[in-house]
Amino acid sequence: MSKNLVVRFAGEGGQGVVGGSEILAAAAAAVGYHILTFSTFPSQIKGGPAWGQARISTNEILSSGDELDVLVALNQYAYDHNVEELSSTGFVVYNSEEFELDDPRAIGLPADQMARDAGNPRAANMIVIGAVAQLADFPLNYLEEFVTKRFTRGRAGDEQIIEGNIKALHMGAEAAKELGMSLDSLESPNSIEGERILIKGFEAACLGAIAAGLDSFIGYPISPATTMLVYMESNLHGSDKFVGQASSEIESIASLIGAGFAGKKVMTSTAGPGLSLMGEGLGLAWMAEIPLVVANVQRGGPATGLPTKTEQSDLIVAINPGHGDMSVPVIAPGTIEEAFWAAADAVNWAERYQGPVILLSEASIAERQQDILKPDMSKLVVENRSVSDGSEGNERYKGDAVSPFPVPGGPGAYVANGSEHDEQGDTTHLPDVHIRMTERRFKKLELLMDGHYESENTDSSIALLPWGSSKGPTYAAFQSLRSKGEDIAWYYTMYINPLPSALLEELLSKDLVLVPELSYLGQLAQILRAKGIKAEPITQYTGLPFKENVLEARIAEIVQERAGRLLVS
Amino acid sequence: MSKRNPEYDFKWCPGCGDFGVKRAIEGALTDRSATLSQPIENSVIVAGIGCSGNLVHLQEGPQPFGIHGIHGRTLPIAYGLKSNRPDLNVLIVSGDGDFLSIGGEHIGPQAKRNLDVTVVVMDNGVYGLTKGQASPTTEIEVVTSTTPYGKLDDRSRPFETYLAAGVSFLASTLSTQVKAMQQMILEAMEYPGFSIVHVQSPCTTYNDTYAALKGNEKEGILPMAYPIEEGHDAGDIDAAYRLARDSRIPVGVIYKKEDSIPAHERLNLARERTGATQKSVEELFQTMAI
Repeated sequence: MSKNLVVRFAGEGGQGVVGGSEILAAAAAAVGYHILTFSTFPSQIKGGPAWGQARISTNEILSSGDELDVLVALNQYAYDHNVEELSSTGFVVYNSEEFELDDPRAIGLPADQMARDAGNPRAANMIVIGAVAQLADFPLNYLEEFVTKRFTRGRAGDEQIIEGNIKALHMGAEAAKELGMSLDSLESPNSIEGERILIKGFEAACLGAIAAGLDSFIGYPISPATTMLVYMESNLHGSDKFVGQASSEIESIASLIGAGFAGKKVMTSTAGPGLSLMGEGLGLAWMAEIPLVVANVQRGGPATGLPTKTEQSDLIVAINPGHGDMSVPVIAPGTIEEAFWAAADAVNWAERYQGPVILLSEASIAERQQDILKPDMSKLVVENRSVSDGSEGNERYKGDAVSPFPVPGGPGAYVANGSEHDEQGDTTHLPDVHIRMTERRFKKLELLMDGHYESENTDSSIALLPWGSSKGPTYAAFQSLRSKGEDIAWYYTMYINPLPSALLEELLSKDLVLVPELSYLGQLAQILRAKGIKAEPITQYTGLPFKENVLEARIAEIVQERAGRLLVS
Repeated sequence: MSKRNPEYDFKWCPGCGDFGVKRAIEGALTDRSATLSQPIENSVIVAGIGCSGNLVHLQEGPQPFGIHGIHGRTLPIAYGLKSNRPDLNVLIVSGDGDFLSIGGEHIGPQAKRNLDVTVVVMDNGVYGLTKGQASPTTEIEVVTSTTPYGKLDDRSRPFETYLAAGVSFLASTLSTQVKAMQQMILEAMEYPGFSIVHVQSPCTTYNDTYAALKGNEKEGILPMAYPIEEGHDAGDIDAAYRLARDSRIPVGVIYKKEDSIPAHERLNLARERTGATQKSVEELFQTMAI
């Protein structure tokens, strides 16, 4: 019996490969499995190599999976470019109307013809899913239940569509059965306590922000961040709410400054090129002390780079998005559940320290679908900026840290100024004022150093510190290495800038801090080294997430080499 | 805030047109506040970068709120501000460089939305603060520090730009006509939609156009500026285009679109039509229940 099933649907964009993986995952989630999906597709409406992957497990899932148990190949290219990831016991299911394969592990199905025979020409995916289910000994009634639920929409044709799809599932399963091949059967799901939801990363981030009291969202379409704008357009309503599509990222950030100045909790979503355009505006928000949140969903860069792939190469620009002395707070979620809390905290942080905050997500987190326990809303804290009652007169920037925020329409009229300014916001370039105000702006960051972090086996002098989406695969590698007796410590936080002060203390005491991250530069490791931490990155820049076994091998190699060196010295 | 702030030392040059604009704005904001019995804190001045933007710090008397932002971005700042707080009166102050050059891309979107804000453009035909470079409204062939052989680019035609962008209200005036400008700004602020008051505001240091605007009867020089004749129908877009295309400068209300529905009203109407209401986060989670 197996605890894990990894299925990849590979073909062209527009062929439903992402949909196929999501249907299989959703059906598995519905009967109690843990699931996680990951997809990658080209930046075009239709065509180009694309794949969607579903990992189904009886245990909690930390990454999208290493080896494929089933590869569904819809064309020759998909087979050629994905088959090397197939496990030694895996199978290929392919569309035999498109091409022929000479591979003993391959099962050819004339899926389109079979779908027409089933009475639903659009059910080719269901034929394939039926075959996959048969191979993995995944009970068909789970899928039938799911199909019935999904297509019961109160429309006239529902019954016919359901019938056609169920027939397609069985036809696929029969075809696979005839060939007499099967995978190690998947164990039955464990029962999971609590209310579960099936959610995508971008949805979790949007809901976190809404839960924290978001008033307004203004954004400009850009992959892979458009989903947040679209979600907000459909789900953030109310006479005192505003959602808008800007004409550029320059307009997005400037409009957020206007709205944040007006007393509102505001957010936008963007990706690398958009973040670059927002640099000057973020400087204004830092300088004029305007609360706002920019969700930057990382893709490959620079320039247009890899618009639909995943990378962790925007960390430095997130912290320093513009010119001049500034350090923008950054929260980077590592899981879907964290995306909810990170977005809520980003809104809270903006209110607490009165300035811009970056929610640093990634394509692989935003697009991923996963089953999670519904976030415990009783743990939600909603923070609101301290509002001026007029007792400070016009001196909005009085004092050496956060001061009450005058809201237009109320008392305390001042000028929110991007030039260096005095307490009332009037332009002044005198050295003593610039010193005072610069120190005030940086001092406010001290309010954000109480973030939570994870730690395990902290006595070890060698530590792992992944960030963002690298958390899952790194934790899987960590667990495996620990079970093999490696002495290594685990640290993790989503509060990247400023780092929790207690975490910084701990890291400073380590002989080596290994930072797995998806970039060439190893940006977090660079930042940590600047703080005096002996950090070294483990990098990957393929546009894809880490695999658990690859990461484990690289960590083990470094640790052993290090141990060898320590013994010699 | 200069009255309460002796350290603020920004100065316009003697004779700068912007002094007149400042007085007109002070008068218009005070009048509006009195007429509507609203505190002046309900008004926000959004200022760009350049000599014009410093107006926000120089307001005397009762103080509105202000944003002195970054170069060229007055309109998008105002977009977020007004969309979220339609109850506020938003007045933008900008110059020909800030508004028409670096900020030019933002005119179209706000005009199409019909954002209910008023822009006062102080046009001096030059970059003054950076000491005399050519701006979009510098005449062709004029020698400046960045056009040593004379300006090669045609002069931009702001009125035609505004009308083509879809601006709902357009008025033109001179910095010397303070009282008339005050009324014009009041009318623009009252108007429900995107309004621009474009002011010829000469730079006495780098581009002194006072004489050209006024003309000189004795020397037979026709004034550049002339009052729009009484019979002009400001609701007629064709008539407005005819004025906008004039090589001289018409003074008065050039265009005032009838039946203007501002951005926030369009949104309210859409809300009524669709009946969309906010679901709680709990309800939104329920839609994802397994």
